[in-house]
Amino acid sequence: MNAEELLTFAARRISGRYEVDEFGYDAELNDKVLLELLRPLYRHWFRVETIGLHNLPPEGALVVANHSGTLPVDALMLQVALHDEAGRAVRLLGADLVHRLPVLGHLSRKTGHTLACKEDADRLLRKGELVGVFPEGFKGIGKPWSQRYKLQRFGRGGFVASAIRAGVPIVPCSIVGAEEIYPKIGDLRLPARLLGLPYLPITPLFPWFGPLGLVPLPSKWLIEFGEPIRSDEVDPAEADDPMVVFELTDQVRETIQRSLNALRLRRGPAFFL
Amino acid sequence: MSPVTRTVLVTGISRHIGARLASVLAADPAISRVIGVDTVPPTSLTRDGGAQLNPLGRVEFVRVDLRSPDIAQVIAAADIDTVVHMSLMSGPAGSRPAMKEHNVIGTMQLLAACQRSETVRRVVVRSTTAVYGSSPTDPAVFTEDSEPVEVPHTGYGKDAAEVEGYVRGYARRRPDVVTTTLRFANFIGPKVDSPLTRYFRAPLLPTVLGFDPRLQFVHEDDGVEVLRRAALDDHPGVFNVAGDGVLLLSQCLRRAGRFWVPVPAPAFRFLGEGARAVGRMDFTPDQLALMSHGRVVDSGKLADEFGWVPKFTTASAFDDFLRTRSAR
Repeated sequence: MNAEELLTFAARRISGRYEVDEFGYDAELNDKVLLELLRPLYRHWFRVETIGLHNLPPEGALVVANHSGTLPVDALMLQVALHDEAGRAVRLLGADLVHRLPVLGHLSRKTGHTLACKEDADRLLRKGELVGVFPEGFKGIGKPWSQRYKLQRFGRGGFVASAIRAGVPIVPCSIVGAEEIYPKIGDLRLPARLLGLPYLPITPLFPWFGPLGLVPLPSKWLIEFGEPIRSDEVDPAEADDPMVVFELTDQVRETIQRSLNALRLRRGPAFFL
Repeated sequence: MSPVTRTVLVTGISRHIGARLASVLAADPAISRVIGVDTVPPTSLTRDGGAQLNPLGRVEFVRVDLRSPDIAQVIAAADIDTVVHMSLMSGPAGSRPAMKEHNVIGTMQLLAACQRSETVRRVVVRSTTAVYGSSPTDPAVFTEDSEPVEVPHTGYGKDAAEVEGYVRGYARRRPDVVTTTLRFANFIGPKVDSPLTRYFRAPLLPTVLGFDPRLQFVHEDDGVEVLRRAALDDHPGVFNVAGDGVLLLSQCLRRAGRFWVPVPAPAFRFLGEGARAVGRMDFTPDQLALMSHGRVVDSGKLADEFGWVPKFTTASAFDDFLRTRSAR
């Protein structure tokens, strides 16, 4: 932004004359401020490379990705990748823990994300948005170091049912690199329970180095978008048939696991490259 | 096409929207009589009457305490065919028990009278989107069939939910009568006096620290218009009514050019109690929830059924409110 643009931007923000969608997504704030803060991390710290962007359909789709890293940095990097390299605003479906928290919950809405619930997923997909989910949830992001790159259970497959109802393709997405940012070698169970958190990790740097332990390790990242898996061959009326849903869920899960294995080999060591 | 409406009863005529609706209906030559009832005489009508509003003239005012069975006599005596029930109170007119009694018992008495009546063919009830409550674990956008995660257990929202329950019961018992329930987002406009408009008129505004709720408004003109349409034609069902789009509280405050102070939620409640004590504002727990988590509804069903959408968006309704606020 040059000085003039910056001035009109500031004036618009101060006067409140900007658009926010019904989910609370503030596209301008997201692009100009929030993503701007993440871009150095994306480009220089993790040196993220994307593969298979052409697999993203131009219209609505459901991006299904693996979840890892103790803190949801992978969600943020996926958002930067899709915004900057594919020109798409991804609408992630987040845990209700995030939405209960002050500040974070509202920042999450401003960056385009919403609660992982059937109504919101259906509504976004009906509007032709690119929706992103991490079906492993806390089981994925909070798994111990020894389980790295092993996909966890995919919940009840609610995301598949949403895709079937909307008739949109499912884009499998594999993220390699997030596993190494905060290697979780232990879990402080009691304090976590007292704080109402799903886990409180022990990493090589946390809690020993205090806030410094929050600095993620500079692993090398690859994000791959696989070939879309069609969901419109299933009759929308079968979206609540568990057999159909589980079958498609397994197909998506296996595709991501396979691509994770290949991508890990391709990347080589996480550090010092 | 339904038969022509002849005699309309409007409850809650002493407050702004009710008075405006009664005047609009009275100006319609297709309607032979408009009877307005309320617990207090419509002072607002005489004050606001004149240039913009029709003179009270054709609106016949009957002073009835809705909580008493007197309303049955009014309905029986006048061969009323359409009832527009507007007298749901959102703000405190005295104590909370009195408000609850007015809202809930008043509706029960009115519906009991309608149930006995042979002439009533259409009942329109003003409700509120507050029936959905407000919590961080609800869907982002409520539709009419949404089941809220946390049903409102205090104040206006709870009253409205109970009122709607009685309306559903009435509709079941009298399937021959067309019932329309309109769930309005917060009213806003030049003459609206509500806890929210009082809030936006304050010189220094507290906000809840760490929260920036999504809000929706419906302009008073649109509110009157949709009530008029519901009173004149058959539109059975429950409908959300809100101006298109949303405004974040932070956007509202910036547009209003007011200063605000983020305070932690408990302090916000404490301030609210203080403001309430001096009669400045009403910050009940459901207001605190709204100021924290916000609430957005989908008005698509209204557009489909009525073939009409509110003229003002949420943003333009708020701007219209601001324009007149600064002129005060």
